Amino acid sequence: MLKYTFKRILGVIPVLMGVTFLVFTMLHLTPGDPARIILGEQASLESVQGLRDQMGLNDNFFLQFFRYCGNAVTGDLGRSYSTNRPVFSELLSAFPYTLQLATMSIAIALLLGIPFGIISSIRQYSLFDNIVTSLAMVGISIPVFWSGLLLILLFSVHLRILPPSGGSGFISMIMPAATLAAQSVAVITRMTRSSMLEIVRQDFVRTARSKGANERHVIVRHALPNALVPVITITGIQFGRLLGGAVLTEIVFSIPGVGRLLVSAIQMRDYPMVQGGVLFIAVAFCLVNLGVDLLYAYLDPRIKSQYK
Amino acid sequence: MSTKINFIPFIKRLSRSKTAFFGLIFLCFMLLVAIFAGVIAPYAFSEQDLLNTLATPSMEHPFGTDEFGRDVLSRIIYGSRISLLVGFISVAIALVFGGFLGAVAGFFGGRTDHYIMRVMDVFLAIPQLLFAISVAATLGPGLGNLMLAVGVAAIPQYARVVRAGVLSIRSLDYIEASTASGGGKFYIIFKHILPNCAAPLIVQSTLGVAFAILVAAGLSFIGLGLEPPNPEWGAMLSTGREYIRDFPHLTIFPGLAIMLTILSLNFLGDGLRDVLDPKLRR
Repeated sequence: MLKYTFKRILGVIPVLMGVTFLVFTMLHLTPGDPARIILGEQASLESVQGLRDQMGLNDNFFLQFFRYCGNAVTGDLGRSYSTNRPVFSELLSAFPYTLQLATMSIAIALLLGIPFGIISSIRQYSLFDNIVTSLAMVGISIPVFWSGLLLILLFSVHLRILPPSGGSGFISMIMPAATLAAQSVAVITRMTRSSMLEIVRQDFVRTARSKGANERHVIVRHALPNALVPVITITGIQFGRLLGGAVLTEIVFSIPGVGRLLVSAIQMRDYPMVQGGVLFIAVAFCLVNLGVDLLYAYLDPRIKSQYK
Repeated sequence: MSTKINFIPFIKRLSRSKTAFFGLIFLCFMLLVAIFAGVIAPYAFSEQDLLNTLATPSMEHPFGTDEFGRDVLSRIIYGSRISLLVGFISVAIALVFGGFLGAVAGFFGGRTDHYIMRVMDVFLAIPQLLFAISVAATLGPGLGNLMLAVGVAAIPQYARVVRAGVLSIRSLDYIEASTASGGGKFYIIFKHILPNCAAPLIVQSTLGVAFAILVAAGLSFIGLGLEPPNPEWGAMLSTGREYIRDFPHLTIFPGLAIMLTILSLNFLGDGLRDVLDPKLRR
């Protein structure tokens, strides 16, 4: 297990190098001169050239890239063009909002998704099952930037019981979290359902039944723990997705999280901020996926045994 | 194993699932709407009626009008062209490039496979929406760039599906037979391997079109898709947001169009999976 853990952690490093290179190259290709953006259209050619030298923009592309990587390792992602504050500290102050949003969403998704999935699988093809599976499809298909607006329309404009923007305490995050959770609820419900359906057909469940255990015991003690292994994996993947995919929800509810920071940086052509933001989310995404893989290996003895 | 799908029984089996049938019908309906937009739309999408701005739904304007007095129904009808076009073309881009990379990786194996898939891992490390946002920001606005951004972001997924399919088929006897009778590598890939991993690809592509439409609308919503006068559904929602307090019809109808289109594609994709891929049957 230790060997596997070590191998997986090492595997993340080249991926992050690759991500940095990708984002660095993309921004390098973006039209527009950063020095010109900072100084404005009125600045003289000399002062723009001076700033380019100072910022190292006239250096070789690879030199710039490795300098960026070197700084990034020490947590220095450069300074934002628009606020002149360090990118890393801007990201750190935005991250708690994104984290809170993702955590609340995943909690909602688990609380609804697992019970729905279990009941749906026990009563396969019943009315309840049909309604749940159809609603799950709606949950996957509904765009968050629409469902979020509809919730605002209902709860903020008409009923006036929830604030239309998030980021100011638990109450204000209920609506954004519910909006963002819809897709994860659907994914977790479907996963729980199909995993349960597969498990209850296996021999050990039949054995448990034939020994005379009652149905409740069979489901809760024998089938469920085994059926939840893939659900844990998909929950982790969903959590990673929520950290990176909260962009649109953050914009709809004006939450000052990482996603919104990133999009406004794109609009203001604040390159260091864009670069740092994408890298930050990619790191979070990779770490969550790494955690999921390790947990999965821990839970599934078949993987563990390969690395003994 | 024949790859030719017998059409009539196929539709019959597909329509056993009510939801898949609904998906198919609604999708055909949207395609017809997109093709005949010029005939069925009551107004031109950019026709302004400045005396009749922000009108609520009426007989004259069933979905109301926007801030320039443009008919919302007509804009949604014309918008279907953009959404469907972006959906299909971007998936085609992802399918061609991802499919090629996946086939090469799976067929040649070894180092080629290793390098291609490590590069795909890098792409997969960035959430797809975020990746599309980054590409769109690099390329700038416009229909072609929007398709490219959404398509490029989806490449790794198709590479993975094709690679998995190729790996499962590569070692079968009939491939060996073809090699023995002198078939070239690319001939074998295109003639024997790819057609036989078509089933998961068709499913993935159907669901992929749905996701592409969602991402494209999202990009337009944050101003990275198409420029304003174009009737893009996501961009219409972005305008609707500003008027949500007093004129909710600007938000409700474009969103409904996005959701129903995506829903029908997802229902269809799920139904196709049940019919084409018995192993994955739910």
